[in-house]
Formats: sequence, C-alpha cells, structure tokens
Amino acid sequence: MDFQSISFTDVSRHFGRRRVLNKISVRCDAGEIVALLGANGAGKSTFLAIAATLLPPSAGVVHYGDSSMAAGAELRARIGVLGHDLFIYPELSAFENLAFFARAYAVRDVSRTVHAALERAGLEERDDPVGRFSRGMRQRLALERALLHDPRLVLLDEPFTGLDDAATTALRSRLADLRSAGCIVLLATHDLETIDGVADRALLLRGGRLISMDEGPGSLRDRYRRASRES
Amino acid sequence: MSPESRPSFAATAWLVTKKDLLIELRSREVVYTTLFFAVACVLVFAFGFVREGVAVDDAAAGILWIAIAFSGTLALGRTFERERQNDTLRALMLTPADRPALYVGKLMGVLVLLAAVEAIVVPLIALMFHAPLFAFPLMTALLLTAGTIGFAAVGTLFAAMLVRARSRDVLLPILLYPITIPVIIAGVRGTAVLLQPEASLPVARMWLSILVFFDVVFITLALWTFEPAMSE
Repeated sequence: MDFQSISFTDVSRHFGRRRVLNKISVRCDAGEIVALLGANGAGKSTFLAIAATLLPPSAGVVHYGDSSMAAGAELRARIGVLGHDLFIYPELSAFENLAFFARAYAVRDVSRTVHAALERAGLEERDDPVGRFSRGMRQRLALERALLHDPRLVLLDEPFTGLDDAATTALRSRLADLRSAGCIVLLATHDLETIDGVADRALLLRGGRLISMDEGPGSLRDRYRRASRES
Repeated sequence: MSPESRPSFAATAWLVTKKDLLIELRSREVVYTTLFFAVACVLVFAFGFVREGVAVDDAAAGILWIAIAFSGTLALGRTFERERQNDTLRALMLTPADRPALYVGKLMGVLVLLAAVEAIVVPLIALMFHAPLFAFPLMTALLLTAGTIGFAAVGTLFAAMLVRARSRDVLLPILLYPITIPVIIAGVRGTAVLLQPEASLPVARMWLSILVFFDVVFITLALWTFEPAMSE
C-alpha cells in the first residue's frame, strides 16, 4: 500500500481523565515537512505516537490516504519512526542493529542497504557495540534505522538532540532529500532556529489543542512567540 | 527498495531469537545471574533436605522445579528489561512483522537460556540429592522440555505485557506463579515418579500428557492475546 497524505480529523486522546489531545484536525501531504512545536507535555509525542499507529485515538480518525490504522502491517511498513528513545540495541554493532531492523522490515538487499545507511551516518568504520557510541552517533544511527525501509511517513521526535554542527547540517540536508523524495515528514522539536527554513509549515500544540501559526514576517521563533502569546 | 511484503512468521521468530541470543552471548548477563541463582537455590535446599547423604522423599523433584521457576522468572524479567531500556520492544511492534511471531521469537530465546540453566542444574541436583535423574533420560528430558515451555509461554506473555509497568518486578511473579502452578505440579509429580525405587513410566507419561496439554492451551492463548495485550 502507499499513500500521499495523512489527515487527522477531530482526533482526541485521553489518558484516564487527562486530556492530552483535544479535537485535532490537520492534513499533511507528500513532499511536506511539518514541524510540531509546543512546550513540554503539550502532546507532541502523543500526536506522533498516534500517527505511528502505536496509540489509537480516543476519538476521531486518522487516515493515511484512503486507508485507516486498520491497514496494520502494510501501513506500518510505510512508516519510519525516530522516537525519543532511540530504538537501538546497545549490545549490538551499528551494522547488526541496522541489519536486524532491515530484515524485520523485509528490505530486499539488506547488505547494500545497511552499508549505504552506515555510510550516510558516517559510521561505516565502527564495528564496536553501539553502547560505546556518543549520543550524537547513536542519534545518527537511529535516524538511519528509521529510514532504512524507505518509508512514506517519517515521524521524528527531537531528531537534532545530541548532534554537532556538522551532523545538524547533514540532517537538515537529509530532511530536504526526504521532501524531494515525496515523504511526509512530521517532526517534533524545540530547536526552532535549526528547523527554520527547513520546515514548510509549523503547528503549535498547546493544552492539547492545535493553534495556527501565522505565516507573517520574522523568524520561526518570533512567530512561535506571537502564537503562544495570542493563544 | 520499498518492501512490498513482510518477513514470514518463522523468519521473524528466528530473527528475534537470534538477536536475543547474540546479545546474551555478548553480555552473558542473564545466563550468569540465572545460573548463579539456580545453583544457590539448589545448594541451600540441599543443606536443608539432605541428612547423612539421604534426601527427603521427592525433595529433588520439587527443588528442580522450584529452581527452574525462580531462575526462569529472573531470566524473563531481565530479557524484557533489555527491550525496555531503549524502548526496542516498541520498535519491534512498529515493524510490519507478525506480532505473534515476535512473541514466539522471545519465547524461544528464553527457552534456550533456561535449557542452558537446566543443563547445569539437573546434574547438580542428581549429585547433591543422589537422585537418579538420568535413569530415564528421554522421559526426564521430555518432562523438562514440556514443563519449561509451559512456564515460559505464560511468562513471556506476562513479561511483555508488564514491560512498561512501574512495579513489573513485583507483578511478574504475582501473576505468573498462580497461573503456572498446574505446570509446576505436573512437572514435580512427573519427575518424582521417575525418581521412585520402582519408577512408573505410564504414570510419568500421564503427567507428560498433562504438561503437553497445558503447553498447547497456554501457547494458543498467548498467540491469540499477544497483539491486543501489547497495544497501548
């Protein structure tokens, strides 16, 4: 299966009596990078978890093109997730981690795909366990793990964490490549300066609600401040 | 490069088992702690139940299964703790692989670890308790295999369900032992029958049949409930 958009319609999510997302409606299309902004606890990770099919919404529906979450395995095969935790095994080497997940995603040419991913991450020379890597190196590896199977929907939770300047620049360039390849990229971040100029759109989550951010003048941080003040 | 299919059930299960065993081979954490615990357990009981070289009746069978149950609980907890630390269980759930195959893969990994523990504990009990555990090697092996599968089948399901629970270390034995009591009883009785001066193979076969029945029920239920139980 494939899809060209993801749309949330009146999506709410409660944890017990706590309402984390409240009637969110938004649509993102292929070839678009959408930044998800908001303070800690605003619901960004919950939003991404619902998009990843990890969490069902308490109310509302999410559509992936014409399909819903019920598409199950076929849908999961088209989604790549970089979580807050990095989803990698510290006891295994970078190659072993990527090869394991490549096989779990039934990627065809595992060896070639993994070597290409390691080269992009700048980790092709490392054969020691990932537990010995720096945070930035693990972050780069985790990003490649999320993109191994060429997903249509890419969900990134704080992807710039721990990256140095060179790696940040490389990631910005990688995001642009994903946009060109027709991916739908949703990324939750606090690094407003870093994604300014990379993201096509920014959504502000506050108190579980989606607040529109104007496309007016000034930097992304200026617009973020304005939207936060007005809401 | 886009995958049009997903790995087969068997390929997924083997992939997960192989990964767990490779990690264990590197760290040897679970096998060492589990083995140390099982051996300590046997030694402590040996001091309590063996007087002047003679063990209390049926003590060897009971202690063998207690050692398996206790060390098995430890192995289950540690195996899933690894998946919790970097949220890799969630990463596995995100793949298109069959979710029951993930369960089977984890189960096989636990079974291999417990088999390694049993390979040390059984001869140790035979030695310490003067128990003829190798008089009927095939039947003893079948009872151990069936009993361990039954115990680990339930344990793997519960350990996976509890992986994000705050008090998982306390909850796992509380949930696991009451449900696996029939397996432990059948294992103890089946083994005890083989250790009698006049061992009865037909009775041991009956206990083995009961264990196989439990295995079928537990594995079927676990395969059926794993996916809904793991959804958040």
